[in-house]
Amino acid sequence: MVLADINVGILYLFAISSLGVYGIIMAGWASNSKYAFLGAIRSAAQMVSYEVSIGFVIITVLLCVGSLNLSQIVEAQSGSWGIFNWFVFPLLPMAVIFFISGLAETNRHPFDLPEAEAELVSGYNVEYSAMTFALFFLGEYANMILMSAMTTVLFLGGWLPPFNIAPFTWIPGPIWFALKIAACLFVFLWVRATLPRYRYDQLMRLGWKVFLPISLVAVAVVAGALLAFGWMPARAG
Amino acid sequence: MIVPALAFYVFAAIAIVSGAMVVSARNPVHSVLFLILAFFNAAGLFVLMGAEFLAMILVVVYVGAVAVMFMFVVMMLDINFAELRQGFLRYLPIGGVIGLILLVELLIILGGWQLSPIASSTATVAITPPVSEVNNTQALGQLLYTHYIYLFQAAGVILLIAMIGAIVLTHRRRPGVRRQNIGRQIARRPADSIEIRKIPTGKGL
Repeated sequence: MVLADINVGILYLFAISSLGVYGIIMAGWASNSKYAFLGAIRSAAQMVSYEVSIGFVIITVLLCVGSLNLSQIVEAQSGSWGIFNWFVFPLLPMAVIFFISGLAETNRHPFDLPEAEAELVSGYNVEYSAMTFALFFLGEYANMILMSAMTTVLFLGGWLPPFNIAPFTWIPGPIWFALKIAACLFVFLWVRATLPRYRYDQLMRLGWKVFLPISLVAVAVVAGALLAFGWMPARAG
Repeated sequence: MIVPALAFYVFAAIAIVSGAMVVSARNPVHSVLFLILAFFNAAGLFVLMGAEFLAMILVVVYVGAVAVMFMFVVMMLDINFAELRQGFLRYLPIGGVIGLILLVELLIILGGWQLSPIASSTATVAITPPVSEVNNTQALGQLLYTHYIYLFQAAGVILLIAMIGAIVLTHRRRPGVRRQNIGRQIARRPADSIEIRKIPTGKGL
């Protein structure tokens, strides 16, 4: 089922997803227009800021798993309790922070300041049309799907069924995985339809003054709890 | 066995060429982009050596964060590119000498590691477990957090001091800057800020 079972799977995803910012910066810079440039600058600052808290959230999950391997992260969430073994319950604040940072990382509402049409016309993609414009949006939507898949793997138990009883275990793993990704994508669209756009200073405050301290403390708390109660994962690799 | 060798030469060649392009590109933004290409190829070389953790960290830290900051600064700078390149030939010898010193130092490290009797004796009694038993994420973790924890913490303290120093040097109260005071903004009431007057017809204020 697993295409490439690499040891540092989650780091690989994190590394590659941090490259998305270059498309936006280069597009904004190459347009040679002030709106596109402002959009690109905003996007760079925003994505770098929220990557920090995403990194800390991933660290808390990794502390509970003891491995960077994606399959082992999912397997650590299996157990007789079904849905209650998923990390979304013990690490609920982290899951929320991860999802909101994911919204900011993919430049979706309410953090779509790089393309805020009310102030920047259309931001970094204002000078692009037709297929080049379509490529930007394909990239953004693919990034959304990637973020949903990461949320699913880290917090929602990957391909595991919610309960280990008959009707749920009949459905194969890939379908559960797709369903969970679809649920996360639904929340992306739901948030987009519900919330107004943040102001830029509010966005920066949320990233650096709220999420970063909370996730930093959470790393210490989770590590301390694992050590104090002897819940340290014994798995190697 | 031919594929890893071929991959090594491809990565190494692109890394060297893009390194040369970093210093010779006419536009600083192109320099930064070539720097990113060089980072990528270095990450590829790490993967070939079996150090997948280092490769990923290189991409996350340098490509994902540091190079974005470089790009940010370079794009915001308002500089005359022709003027910037004027002293190129004048500074070429100094730059060459610095590069040569770095090369010699690297060779000394490599030579000392190969020749020194202490290094060769400790290599047999390795402080880390063999690579076949443990993956390099765990091996690095054991080195950093178990064997060299004091040095690691000292490095952390130095970085913290550097960070505080940078903040102290740049973060000063500038006169004449109007800052947003959210508390004052919220405390402001309509009764304090607007005044309603009845103006009789035919008369001014």
